[in-house]
Amino acid sequence: MKIVVTVKQIPDPNAPQKLTSDNRLDRGGEAVLDPGDEYGVEAGLKLKEAHGGEVVLVSMGPAKAADAIRKGLSMGADRAIHVSDDSLAGADALLTAQILAAAIKPENPDLVICGTESTDGSTGMVPPMLAELLGMPQATFAKQVEVKGDKVSVHRQTNEGYEVVEAQAPALVTVTAGVGEPRYASLKGIMAARSKEVKKVELSALGIEKGSPAESVEGVADAETRKAGEVIEDDGNAAERILAFLVQVKAV
Amino acid sequence: MSLDLSTDNQSLRAAVRDYAQSVVKPQAAETDRLHRFPEEAISAAGELDLMGILIPSEYGGAGLDHLAFTICIEEIAAACASTAVIVDVHNSVACEPILLFGTEEQKRRWLPPMARGEVLGAFALTEPAAGSDAASLKTSARRSGDGYVLNGTKVFITNLGKAGLYLVFARTDPEAAGAAGVSAFLVPADTPGVKAGQVFSKMGLNGSPTGELVLEDVSVPAGNLLGELNRGFRIAMRALDSGRIGISGQALGIGRAAFEDALAYTKEREQFGQAVAQFQGLQWLLADLATQLEASRLLTYHAARLCSAGKPFTTEASMAKLFTTDTAMWIATNAVQLAGGYGYVNDYPFERYFRDAKAAQIYEGSNQVQRIVIARELLR
Repeated sequence: MKIVVTVKQIPDPNAPQKLTSDNRLDRGGEAVLDPGDEYGVEAGLKLKEAHGGEVVLVSMGPAKAADAIRKGLSMGADRAIHVSDDSLAGADALLTAQILAAAIKPENPDLVICGTESTDGSTGMVPPMLAELLGMPQATFAKQVEVKGDKVSVHRQTNEGYEVVEAQAPALVTVTAGVGEPRYASLKGIMAARSKEVKKVELSALGIEKGSPAESVEGVADAETRKAGEVIEDDGNAAERILAFLVQVKAV
Repeated sequence: MSLDLSTDNQSLRAAVRDYAQSVVKPQAAETDRLHRFPEEAISAAGELDLMGILIPSEYGGAGLDHLAFTICIEEIAAACASTAVIVDVHNSVACEPILLFGTEEQKRRWLPPMARGEVLGAFALTEPAAGSDAASLKTSARRSGDGYVLNGTKVFITNLGKAGLYLVFARTDPEAAGAAGVSAFLVPADTPGVKAGQVFSKMGLNGSPTGELVLEDVSVPAGNLLGELNRGFRIAMRALDSGRIGISGQALGIGRAAFEDALAYTKEREQFGQAVAQFQGLQWLLADLATQLEASRLLTYHAARLCSAGKPFTTEASMAKLFTTDTAMWIATNAVQLAGGYGYVNDYPFERYFRDAKAAQIYEGSNQVQRIVIARELLR
């Protein structure tokens, strides 16, 4: 089976995040493969080990995103497709999904695996949009993914436990950390990654002239700092006053 | 010769750091305190090809050079010096001599399981009365039938009791003096008569068992002789030459960890209303530590690059070992001082760095022996 895993390079989440003058995330510093995507790669590799086939990474990002792609290849993915174009800087969720869909479509995968959301943008909108554009059913928040014949079955994580959801392949699945700890790249894996194919794709090859995001950030403000709460001292009617407060904020 | 690391070596460093910081480092304090062999870290190292770094792929290893090897050891040592010395000794003075001097049959038999980390290697040269003067060793190997019978006691053997294979140096010609008449033998740990004696209680490197190897009428077939008969001492010397590059990597890792932790501490610790790093008295010390650390790194990588390129490297390896291990000790000493009272207690890693760094000035040829090696080259 052919499995596509979408991967993204993001600014190191352990470093302080900064914005550029045009309200975009500053991507100039240390960058890493999105930890959420590492679970996607791990899930893809496990399925490949069980069923054979290949794992293809697809990424949209600047030239330096090649490092994040290389990490996924070192973990064991077979090859990668890297869409890069200056006009894609600041791409919104819809544009990103359109680009990824255009790059994935010719591959005709049996399964597309994404993280639930990127760790930097955190919109969580790209995977559902991508499923829609690819015309695939989507199964989200999977902590376990199984392929049975032409069906994809997932354990969909919920607050209470999990739901078992089945979809007809080809399908798109988003995975959580529940799929298992991502493997470390071995020394042989790193050396093997050198000779794996990373296909650089230009926008024109996808039939798209220029990236034009529909969404732009007009302004950014710091979140309001939390104000000190009200201290209620019990002079006999504390319970009623707390209840009144909870009713007022619609907590009860 | 470019001083920048290649993209490959940068990826390699990132991957080994990932493993070292996530798997090895969280166990480091306990490994030290409980004198516990880091089983999980070593088994993971096997899966990641870190137990066969120098072994070519045809024998199941990663087939990397000494620069890559040094970077691997540096990264592991920055997380846990005990774990690093286990990996280092296995790769450098156990696997590499087999690779360089072994017959095809010996390589096929031993290297693949060693590369997978299933068989841990150890190097047995030192004896109670033969330390720096290693050529005065007394362990004997007597010809008997088709093989040899070994008798003697070795000390300061790293990986003692955990090793599956000991590389033992013994005297095969009792008439010959010194280095002449010494041969190298591959001695499987399960051979009758091979006994792990006393495990030393050391001041540091507590996760790495070190002690006495006792050989009592140990019979090995002639096929276990490594290299030529009576020419084993040069195998030991060659193993130690490149082994010193690995130990430089070990010291570099300890020195780096001590420096980085001390720097972070002085930026956070406030006294007299400001971070102590704001005091110029400490800034000058921090600047000196950083400078010496950088010099250690360049010297170590230089020796590793010469060795990787097949050029003479003995002097440079000794210089790197001497300078880098002295620097690591000096950095660790100052790191304890920079952290003050907290540097002296084991809630912080500073005192462990101090104890672990000390060993590096002594083993793999004491720093006095390194000066002999360097001076000998100068006076040639």
